[in-house]
Amino acid sequence: MPEMSVTQAPAPQKEGELVGRGRRDGNRLFKEWYAELDAAAESGDPSAYVFVMGSAAEVLKAFDLNLVFPEINSLQMAVRKVSLEYLNKAEDYGYSTDVCGYVKADVGMHLDGRKHPNGRIPKPSIVVATNMCNTYVKWVEIWQRMYGCKVFVLDIPGQRGIGWSTEPGSEQFENDRRYVQSQLEELIEACVAVTGKPFKIERLQENLAHVNRMAADWSAVLKLNQNIPAPFNAMADGLTYMGVLSAYRGTETGARYMAELREEMEHKVRLGLGTIAEERFRLHGVGPACYSYFRRFLELFQDWGAVYVNSEYLAYAGGGLDLGIQFDVERPLESLAEQLLITGRRSMSNMFFSQDQLADTVRDWKSDGIVYHSVKSCRTVSTGMADSREYLTRIKDVPALFVESDLVDPRLWSEAQFKNRIDAFFEALGARKAAALVAAKG
Amino acid sequence: MAVQVRPAFEAILEQCSELAEDVTYPSVKRWREDHPGGHAVGHFQVYFPEELIHAAGMLPVTLMGAGSRLEAKQADSHIGSFICSICRTSLELGFSGRVGFLDAFYTTPICDVARNLAGIWGRNFKGMTAEILYLPQNANAKQAVPYLRDEYARVLAELERISGRPIEEADLRRSIGVYNENRRLLRELYRYKRETPWLLSTTEAYVLAKVGTVMPREVHNEILRSALAEIPNREARRQDRVRVVFEGGFCEQPPLDMLQLIEEACYIVDDDLLIGMRWITDDVPETGDPLYALAESYFERSTYSCVQHDDRKPKEEMLLRRVEESGAQAVILAAAKMCEPGLDEQVAYQKTLEAKQIPFLLLDFEEKMTAFERMRMEVETFVESILFD
Ligand code: SF4
Ligand code: SF4
Repeated sequence: MPEMSVTQAPAPQKEGELVGRGRRDGNRLFKEWYAELDAAAESGDPSAYVFVMGSAAEVLKAFDLNLVFPEINSLQMAVRKVSLEYLNKAEDYGYSTDVCGYVKADVGMHLDGRKHPNGRIPKPSIVVATNMCNTYVKWVEIWQRMYGCKVFVLDIPGQRGIGWSTEPGSEQFENDRRYVQSQLEELIEACVAVTGKPFKIERLQENLAHVNRMAADWSAVLKLNQNIPAPFNAMADGLTYMGVLSAYRGTETGARYMAELREEMEHKVRLGLGTIAEERFRLHGVGPACYSYFRRFLELFQDWGAVYVNSEYLAYAGGGLDLGIQFDVERPLESLAEQLLITGRRSMSNMFFSQDQLADTVRDWKSDGIVYHSVKSCRTVSTGMADSREYLTRIKDVPALFVESDLVDPRLWSEAQFKNRIDAFFEALGARKAAALVAAKG
Repeated sequence: MAVQVRPAFEAILEQCSELAEDVTYPSVKRWREDHPGGHAVGHFQVYFPEELIHAAGMLPVTLMGAGSRLEAKQADSHIGSFICSICRTSLELGFSGRVGFLDAFYTTPICDVARNLAGIWGRNFKGMTAEILYLPQNANAKQAVPYLRDEYARVLAELERISGRPIEEADLRRSIGVYNENRRLLRELYRYKRETPWLLSTTEAYVLAKVGTVMPREVHNEILRSALAEIPNREARRQDRVRVVFEGGFCEQPPLDMLQLIEEACYIVDDDLLIGMRWITDDVPETGDPLYALAESYFERSTYSCVQHDDRKPKEEMLLRRVEESGAQAVILAAAKMCEPGLDEQVAYQKTLEAKQIPFLLLDFEEKMTAFERMRMEVETFVESILFD
């Protein structure tokens, strides 16, 4: 994707311009990105379909491939309130009501000639699916059948069990790294074949350097939310930031965006600016939001003065950048394999073996409780939630709310039920806080 | 092993049926009594290289839910409501203490749900190894086989730790030999089903195979040999029935009643039930590095399933081959409710069969279902439509 000049303007000085810049610029970049995809659909330039968890953008952008994120496409359909039309198309075609809604919304769009509400989507020349969600692999098979495109499964072996970890340098880690690295080499071969372009290692190095900057700033932005009040809402604003993070990973534009976002957040922290008038409750989110009723979903929490200060989504869907990873650009492939392994593994662990890490994050971000939003579509993140919640409330005494709906399927949203649960949760949380206050004073 | 192998086929079948369906695992408990200090290792569906467990002198046990024989009372509060039944009832086996005899539990990355089992199991059932056996997901990577070989070595080391004894290459080769024999016998069983389905029904073949998941394979081999010897002597007449392939029961297993009702209307000449037991389609080499031989066989001598992506095995083509090789006229596609991989694949199968003009019927099932009247009508109507077309 060609670089854009828009963000090269000098940083705005006035407070009014600085506050909210991340959101404004994020939305603009997002539009520009879709415009480029629309142009690619017209020109037929090669495109790669990838996923937010482990996109391999660093490699793919070294071949100037346009990146399409089908998950973001499906999410956008829900936000724009048209996902049901697409879901219906896929269900009429034969997909069960029990199939992931992201997959179905996307299938519906393909059946409709790849017309997305944000613009046309180009055909895939190559698709890269990590194993971070198994449904990715089923999803790519659909495009393989539709378009005969090259499918590459990038396999990042995960944690095997609770308490199992591997440190860089250990035999197991080296074994895993070699496996990942050899796959990257095969991915490069596949990209050469698909684009007809030679592989230039300097391009990869440049992309890695951009990611280094982006990751350092993104990690800092996340930490700034440990402040009270939190300068951004991890569910609402976080979604915009994540969109840029995915789409512009490995680019100068993306790196600059993140530096500016950090500047904005530091500024807000200095001024003690939060996202709502009074931050009464701080929440940690597990699971994505309900995008079909996104605004309502957020309001139900905001009405109680609650702010999402962090969310697991920012970790796993951020392709590991929350860790502030730094590639060693002098040994690009090896370092990329290493970091994919470290960050990919951590993202998966966050979903499958999250309990202790979750407790630490709740402590560090000073959250009052966890909101588990179990979504029917996504068994990857939802399967173990009820158990994780049970464990954390029982063992770690962390208050937690458990609600169910879906990311894109509006038929699964029941506001009355949602509201009842949320209200009961905050009443209990309020009482708990009051009791703690009394205890502290007494 | 206390299984009495009586000559009559029906007697064998009855015993197998009791042992295979009993969710209190009497055969495993008996094995533990007969082997003081012995260890049992459970693994979730679909495929696990049981040779590793066997070579350690332990008893491998496949956990594949409990159908309608167990209510997921406790498991329901630990797992989301959109999850397949096999995972619920498998967890309930743990929560209810029914598989407390296990020293370890392994799951594999077949799907998003199964991967999650390792965490849930580990958080709740202490004192038991709860792990993922990492079957590589990039079957087409050049390094897939060596990587899997090393993963097998990792698991083997854990099994050595549990059993407290080293596992030699010779032990592994012996176990490979036992399992090769088992696979040969199962292939023979399926040959009967394919060539003379009136002599061996799918329900019978299924029970005979399934009992192997709760007993040592040597004993299972004996049972299979006895049963196979009896099959040609069975009195049954060939009937003019539609021959179908039954596809989709790969992970969550359909209830026996469902298989029976299908068989009342047609011959199931091939299927993917208990596909993990028959995953490897040829003998695993008994020479060279046994771990490498097992790893290589997993990729190179194996059948297909919707939980594995391998560019060399386009699943719809594999299904067409299964139809052709078994001489089937039609296909019954049956994915389990809430099963993402099964339901995704079903669409591809459906479109391919439509294009090839092969009649097919879609059935929706759950291991725990008990009412079949509607399904019976669907199957009968389907069969009639083929017969009178
Ligand atoms: S299962 Fe979850 S992670 Fe996977 S594609 Fe669906 S929504 Fe995304
Ligand atoms: S039935 Fe399907 S979803 Fe459930 S564990 Fe098996 S493969 Fe996974």
